[in-house]
Amino acid sequence: MAAPVPQIMKQGRVIPWFYLAPALIVMSFFIVYPFFNTIYLSFMDRNGQLPASTTCRANQPCWGMFENYRHALLDEINLTSPGAAWRTFWTSSFGNMIKWIALMVSGTVIMGLTFAVLAERVRYEALAKAIIFLPMAISFVGAGVIWRFVYNYNTGGAQIGLLNAIRTALGMQPIAWLQTIPINTVMLIIVGIWMWSGFCMTILAAALRNVPEEIIEAARVDGANEFQVFFQIMVPIILPTITVVITTMVINTLKLFDIVYVMTGGNFGTDVIAVRMYREMYINYNTGVGTAVSVVLILLITPFIFLNIRRFLAQEATR
Amino acid sequence: MNLPKLNRLLRRIPLHLVVLALTLIWIIPTIGLLVTSFRPVEDINTSGWWTVFSRETKTSTAYDQWCSSCHGEGQDVAGVDLSDPAVVSELNSALRLLAFMRRGHPDISQNGQMPTSQEAADIAATLQGLTGEEESARFTLDNYIDALVGYRGLQTYTSDCADGTPPSGFTCNFLRDLGNRRGMGRAFVNSLLVTIPATILPILFAGFAAYAFAWMDFRGRQVMFAILVALQVVPLQMTLVPIFRIYSQLGLNGTFLGVWLFHTGFGMPYAIYLMRNFLGGLPRDLFESAYLDGASHWTAFVRLAMPLAMPAIASLAIFQFLWVWNDLLVALVFLGSSNPVVTYQISNMVTSLGAGWQLQTAAAFISMILPLIVFFAFQRYFVRGMLAGAVKG
Repeated sequence: MAAPVPQIMKQGRVIPWFYLAPALIVMSFFIVYPFFNTIYLSFMDRNGQLPASTTCRANQPCWGMFENYRHALLDEINLTSPGAAWRTFWTSSFGNMIKWIALMVSGTVIMGLTFAVLAERVRYEALAKAIIFLPMAISFVGAGVIWRFVYNYNTGGAQIGLLNAIRTALGMQPIAWLQTIPINTVMLIIVGIWMWSGFCMTILAAALRNVPEEIIEAARVDGANEFQVFFQIMVPIILPTITVVITTMVINTLKLFDIVYVMTGGNFGTDVIAVRMYREMYINYNTGVGTAVSVVLILLITPFIFLNIRRFLAQEATR
Repeated sequence: MNLPKLNRLLRRIPLHLVVLALTLIWIIPTIGLLVTSFRPVEDINTSGWWTVFSRETKTSTAYDQWCSSCHGEGQDVAGVDLSDPAVVSELNSALRLLAFMRRGHPDISQNGQMPTSQEAADIAATLQGLTGEEESARFTLDNYIDALVGYRGLQTYTSDCADGTPPSGFTCNFLRDLGNRRGMGRAFVNSLLVTIPATILPILFAGFAAYAFAWMDFRGRQVMFAILVALQVVPLQMTLVPIFRIYSQLGLNGTFLGVWLFHTGFGMPYAIYLMRNFLGGLPRDLFESAYLDGASHWTAFVRLAMPLAMPAIASLAIFQFLWVWNDLLVALVFLGSSNPVVTYQISNMVTSLGAGWQLQTAAAFISMILPLIVFFAFQRYFVRGMLAGAVKG
């Protein structure tokens, strides 16, 4: 894979490790060790002292050493009947994660691609792109304030939130966007799309620039219209890049914390995995369940880790 | 203009409309925040920020809303005797306002219910505007002053100080009050204290490691680098608990050092990945000839690799800077209230302390100003860094 080091630059066996040591030490301490420690703690009780199975109570369901995982997976779901379980699943952190991934990933990729294609045809491309890209530089907290203001809902008097002002101007009733299930999760996802479309746009625009001009010209000469050129020539050529963007976005979405924490705190059925983990850890002070939730998170991410490594190896092979 | 040219122009109109519409949708929420942060608090809560662009004054709508029932449609309020109890009793909110304003006055305060400070300010402003008693300015810097010093009173920091009644905990010496724990001024400094070392350290460490990965030969080089790629994806949340437990034992919770180290460790995989790809892409002859000329690895690293890697370092520095500056989770867990940073301060305003929009919007803009400057000044490097590898997050 990696480019071989020139023979002449070979050095002793020890020297490389001096260069690597600082990085390896901090990485082992802050990433590798916590990774394994988290797995260990997820099988222990709330203080990390006793095995998780000791927290089981008589006559209650119990998964033995996996007791924390029972809490992590099932606590939010009402198991009394299949119908109730189905309904509660879709407002649980896992159900919401599915909505987030479906809408956020498709939303950002479609917006990014649309913008990448359209913006390069106008003279104010740089300015337009900078505006789409701008939310990337803003903190999620700042974005939370911006959008809570857009979604603001007053019970009486003038609507100072833009969205409700538009609704009342059109003669409709204002809506409490962030408290109304299921619209509130969609409203949060819109914030996510607003923040991340710029990322997708930039990467996809770079890929589009690499599409050979001759192929596009040839297609046009053959009478293809702009839509055909886009869907039948450009998209297939940049498909590998689109895949990369999609995997990156799925990972980012799975790890999402700040938007939900700031805008609803995970209330009103908007919970996501990372917020739930934070709450178990730092509000309920239950290390066992908190770490179990994060192990579930890493399990969901693992397939994408392998995708990442595969892509990396493929990249190295063509270097 | 000839016909084909005109034709072409017309055909491009839909394109321009779509691009402009999307761009507008994207920027409007931010403009709303910016405009709001400069409006007086009573305006913010009674009319939308977009009304500042219209000629229409808020008086007429406010009048319809509050006063048509008590004075009759179309009647001018200026002629009404606001001290007439019969008139005032028509208007519940006005009564509550008076009860508030004349707290302690026996015949009025018996009506009980006190308005919240926000309501009182709104009502007072509305009434003052209606009676022509006071023409309030359209824009003000008070929100920024209040946010910077962390003022949470009924008026504004400036007016309280002008009245000679310093709010509790304040000295009315602006520079000294900037140090207030609840203020954005102090938080801004804290954010800088967190961000600068947390940007330099990982780049330094990553520079060494990336050089080794690119131009040195050692066992396990490839396997280690593949692991590094995997580590980029490990979610931050997963590492918080174990580190928090260790930090508790070491007494590092709530210290800057703890946060610096955490960001260094966590920024490392991406930083090494990016730098290694850049260094590995440099021409091999360069290093070979340097080595033939008797340069050691150390010389090659300091004199050759690092100066040449400046573009990569710039991308990385911008990324890490924005990442650390905008981070909430790490600051929340490891710094918390002992050394509040800007994101922590705002999230507190939003979630628990319930500060008004005037403070939230000003504080949000204070937190955004530095990232925006960095972003616009170094957009080129930012984009380049993003293209060089997937963004961590």
